[in-house]
Amino acid sequence: MSKEIVRYIATRFGQLLVVVFVAVSVNFIIPRLLPGDPVQTALARLQTSGGAANVDIQAVSAAYRARYGLDAPVWQQYINYWGDLLTLDLGVSFANFPEKVSTMIGNALPWSVTLLAVATLIAFSVGSLLGARLAWPTAGRGIKSLVPFLMVLTSIPFYLLAIILIYFFAVVLKWFPPAGGVDTTRIMRLDWATTYDILEHAFLPCMAIVLGNVGFWALGMRSQMVNVLGEDYITFAEAKGLHPRRIFVWYGMRNALLAQVTALALSLGSVVSGAVLVEVIFNYPGLGSLLYVAIRGQDYFVIQGVVLMLIVSLAVLLFIVDLLYPLLDPRIRR
Amino acid sequence: MNRFWANLRRNYEQGRISPLLIVGLGILLAVVLFGLIGPFFTDATNAQVGAVRPRRPPGGDYLLGTDSQGRDMWTLLIYATPNTLKMGLIAGFIGVGLGTVLGLIAGQFGGWIDAVIRVISDSLLTVPAIAILVIIAGNIDRMSTFVMALVVASLGWMFTARTVRAQVLSIREKAYVEVARVNGEGPWEILFREVMPNIMPYIVASFVGTVSGSILAVIGLEALGLGALEEMTLGNTIYWSQQSSAVLRGYWWWWGPPIVMIALIFIGLFLTSVGFDRFANPRLARR
Repeated sequence: MSKEIVRYIATRFGQLLVVVFVAVSVNFIIPRLLPGDPVQTALARLQTSGGAANVDIQAVSAAYRARYGLDAPVWQQYINYWGDLLTLDLGVSFANFPEKVSTMIGNALPWSVTLLAVATLIAFSVGSLLGARLAWPTAGRGIKSLVPFLMVLTSIPFYLLAIILIYFFAVVLKWFPPAGGVDTTRIMRLDWATTYDILEHAFLPCMAIVLGNVGFWALGMRSQMVNVLGEDYITFAEAKGLHPRRIFVWYGMRNALLAQVTALALSLGSVVSGAVLVEVIFNYPGLGSLLYVAIRGQDYFVIQGVVLMLIVSLAVLLFIVDLLYPLLDPRIRR
Repeated sequence: MNRFWANLRRNYEQGRISPLLIVGLGILLAVVLFGLIGPFFTDATNAQVGAVRPRRPPGGDYLLGTDSQGRDMWTLLIYATPNTLKMGLIAGFIGVGLGTVLGLIAGQFGGWIDAVIRVISDSLLTVPAIAILVIIAGNIDRMSTFVMALVVASLGWMFTARTVRAQVLSIREKAYVEVARVNGEGPWEILFREVMPNIMPYIVASFVGTVSGSILAVIGLEALGLGALEEMTLGNTIYWSQQSSAVLRGYWWWWGPPIVMIALIFIGLFLTSVGFDRFANPRLARR
């Protein structure tokens, strides 16, 4: 490995560490800026909102004080906090008392990851293909008339698209179920009925994310293609007499996709933000809904856990994308 | 004033003012006027809980129907729209201001301070904003539209900082800056008299983007129920319609109009930003 690539990886890894550090510290500091200690505040709020009448507040509070050493100096608490996180101890839920936050996140995570990964892949590939097609020199009027439509789609937040989709396809037409991840009466088994059930419930949320993103990728790809097709090496390829389609795909699209992958890495954060809200609107059993229920019930440790999970897992994912990037772009590998 | 119109006309004839910019600004102007003029023709008390008969479909006395808490949707929309825009604008100003200052500092002084600002802004750009905003907003006891704007602005400066920094670095190398330096201008004079005027277009462009991003974040937080719930805003209207399952119960007039209004705001901002790019960068206009 050359010196540059070591430096490249080191920089990216540094960025990953900064994100994780900032996320953990923000999570630690902000609740402590308020008067009183965080657990007391959270429990007091819980009590006033009547969120958990069946919880023995005093017992929980005492257990937490002892467990998290809230009487210790702040720096000690901070170190303990890191220690807990490194052993994946995210505390327990107030609302579902003895249940561990890590278990709750573990249950929700597969739903979110699958939904988001599938939807993003579809939006990215369909959008990029569509964008390339739009940049094709002889693109017809029919396909060009898609552009304003795509512009409208990109500008509407996709959780609002979700509401519109539910109304038309679940309430009016009744083609798809309006909410949830599976039928409430279903016993999860590995068979066709269960798979069909899951797919049926996932379709509309997935469509909301895809529709909300496809325009972004198509418009981005189109402008990248226009740039790339103006480069000298395209003229050179034409002068060599290569087939136009070969030039378009292997000289044009391949280079334009590089910028698209960079954009993917930069936009994943906002896609996740939007997907959280899509899950809320569909009551989909992923991290977004878990966060929403926790916010409603002032379930302090669950909120913290989900937020950390979102930030850290995305940072790790971006790090992996960064590691793969030199494979796509040889200029970095040098 | 005459010179202003002459300039405008010349720009239009050169194709720098694209139809996108005109349509975008037109939509935004219409939305703003809706909120400014509307209150003269409506009775504000109709937007209060229990003021009118609940769950009426549009038509008759109620142009856009009423929600299940007994509020007139048309009146609600007139008062909610400017509130949402206001939050976006405040957050936009603060975010862009902060970003400009940080970008100028990073670009002008370089060294370790540049490295720190760059690493933090690059890292924060990739974080799902809603996650951090939820922690901040969730810990604020008394939420108001202004506090909401502040919260959102705390994550609205990175893009501006990046753009400004890159521009400062490139402009600093230009010949006219060199001339100014030889003429004995100090670093602050160079910054404000030579560099600043040339990065204004970039600042305006990132302002449009920041306002759009801020409104998106505000509506997202409000839809999660973290907004100032007693205030009339578009995001809160969505939240209340969700709380009452308005979608499943078929009250489309409850969530439909705010969504249309939000969509209009975003489409207007998007077209303005695309159009403005062509204005600020004449090379794009010729395509």
